[in-house]
Amino acid sequence: MTETISVLVNGKKITSEVEPRLLLSDYLREKLDLTGTHLGCEHGVCGACTILVNGRTVRSCLMLAVQVDGCEVDTVESLTEGDGMLSPLQQAFADNHALQCGFCTPGFLMTITGFLENNPDPNDEEIKQAISGNLCRCTGYTNILKAVKQVSKSRKLKEVVKE
Amino acid sequence: MKPAHFEYLKPITPDELYNQLSFYGEDAKIMAGGQSLVPIMNMRLSTPKYIIDINHIEDFSYIKLDGDHIAIGALTRQTEVENSSIVEKYCPLLQEAIRYVGHAQIRNMGTIGGTIAHADPSAEVPCVLSTLRGEIVVANVEEERVVSPEEFFLTYMLSSLEPTEVIKEIRIPILSKDSGYAFEEIARRDGDFAILEAIAVIDLNENGQVAAAKIGVGGAGPTPEILEDVEDFVVGKELTDNVLDDACEQIKDILEPDSDLHGSAEYRKDLASVLVKRALETALTRAKEGA
Ligand SMILES: Cc1cc2nc3c(=O)[nH]c(=O)nc-3n(C[C@H](O)[C@H](O)[C@H](O)COP(=O)(O)OP(=O)(O)OC[C@H]3O[C@@H](n4cnc5c(N)ncnc54)[C@H](O)[C@@H]3O)c2cc1C
Ligand code: FES
Ligand code: FES
Repeated sequence: MTETISVLVNGKKITSEVEPRLLLSDYLREKLDLTGTHLGCEHGVCGACTILVNGRTVRSCLMLAVQVDGCEVDTVESLTEGDGMLSPLQQAFADNHALQCGFCTPGFLMTITGFLENNPDPNDEEIKQAISGNLCRCTGYTNILKAVKQVSKSRKLKEVVKE
Repeated sequence: MKPAHFEYLKPITPDELYNQLSFYGEDAKIMAGGQSLVPIMNMRLSTPKYIIDINHIEDFSYIKLDGDHIAIGALTRQTEVENSSIVEKYCPLLQEAIRYVGHAQIRNMGTIGGTIAHADPSAEVPCVLSTLRGEIVVANVEEERVVSPEEFFLTYMLSSLEPTEVIKEIRIPILSKDSGYAFEEIARRDGDFAILEAIAVIDLNENGQVAAAKIGVGGAGPTPEILEDVEDFVVGKELTDNVLDDACEQIKDILEPDSDLHGSAEYRKDLASVLVKRALETALTRAKEGA
């Protein structure tokens, strides 16, 4: 038995037939070819598979594809503009050497995107708390912290200029 | 695909759910936030024939003040409890404790009913519910019953919930404005399950002595543990350093934790004693500030 689901993935409406036991992470990677969402542990610990569902960060390895019927789903692919330009957060990762092998990076980017939406001007403690659910085995987190501070600072500057 | 094959059911109303549970009972598993169930299914430790996804039952999602307690619908996300102004005002202890549950991404999906049903002895919310003497409302197709945490939590990951029943609501007693409270936890890493956690809530009388005390620990046995002897010991006394030391020293004789990968029995007893002391100290400071 399959179920029909209709999902807004990265702003595009998609209708699919899925088996109920298909994980959301596998749906994105295998059915939709959105391989930016990475899979490290598949039991909720590493954070590599973090995406946004209706604007909230979730582990896509702990959801079923059938559960996002009628939802908005945003993956790391949503961050770049149509012209392939890096988003300010991605640019900040590049500028601060906040990735090495890059395996964990999509998860961090989506965690931080969701976090900054709710808390645009975080302090160091809040940033550390926010990224505590994502494991990186290369960079050592300090540069990721720097990258987050760079984007939150540049956003603040932009707001001052606007005013 | 990681989980084994199952049929997917999606009830919209409580009645639909009760009927499905009475029909499929043993063969079915309720899915709430999925943050404990899906990992177990991914590892094929559980292979239910039917998954009953309760995420569409809107009637199960609310936080409201109801007399002497806060009533929280079972499907309420842990994040919503964390951000609730009602919880912040009437039971800040729960707010402090729930932040220790996994990470933000886990709490965005995980539900209050799920963490109770899962009955992990080191989970934070069951420990709060037990220590405060809260209640759990469970229902099946015929009736509703209100159970105490003591009746509900049987042992490691096992509760008295029948396969045809669902948790509907959790009732968290309100803390008085003058109560001092504290939650203390030690885990290997931020967001991990606790090795041990301790809760203390105290009220002082006008002479600065303890008028009432609630003290509990999680992770020191198969269920959350209320330390009634220690509660009785501190009531009527002023919490001087000596009284605190005597109170916490007893804990090592009361608890009988098991040793495991994360800590030996001895270590857990020591931790319990140290964390209860810290919790009592913080609760005392807050009770003095409140008064
Ligand atoms: C990486 C990670 C870290 C975590 N760390 C912690 C932690 O530190 N502390 C902690 O407490 N938890 C932790 N958790 C678990 C998390 O809190 C879960 O949200 C919770 O244990 C289960 O809630 P759920 O809503 O996700 O339930 P589900 O996973 O959907 O269900 C869990 C069980 O409860 C049953 N169930 C669910 N709802 C009901 C209901 N209303 N009535 C009857 N039965 C029901 C299900 O059938 C299943 O058996 C962690 C999880 C992960 C993945
Ligand atoms: S792959 Fe989902 S958390 Fe690790
Ligand atoms: S950059 Fe390699 S794991 Fe994070």
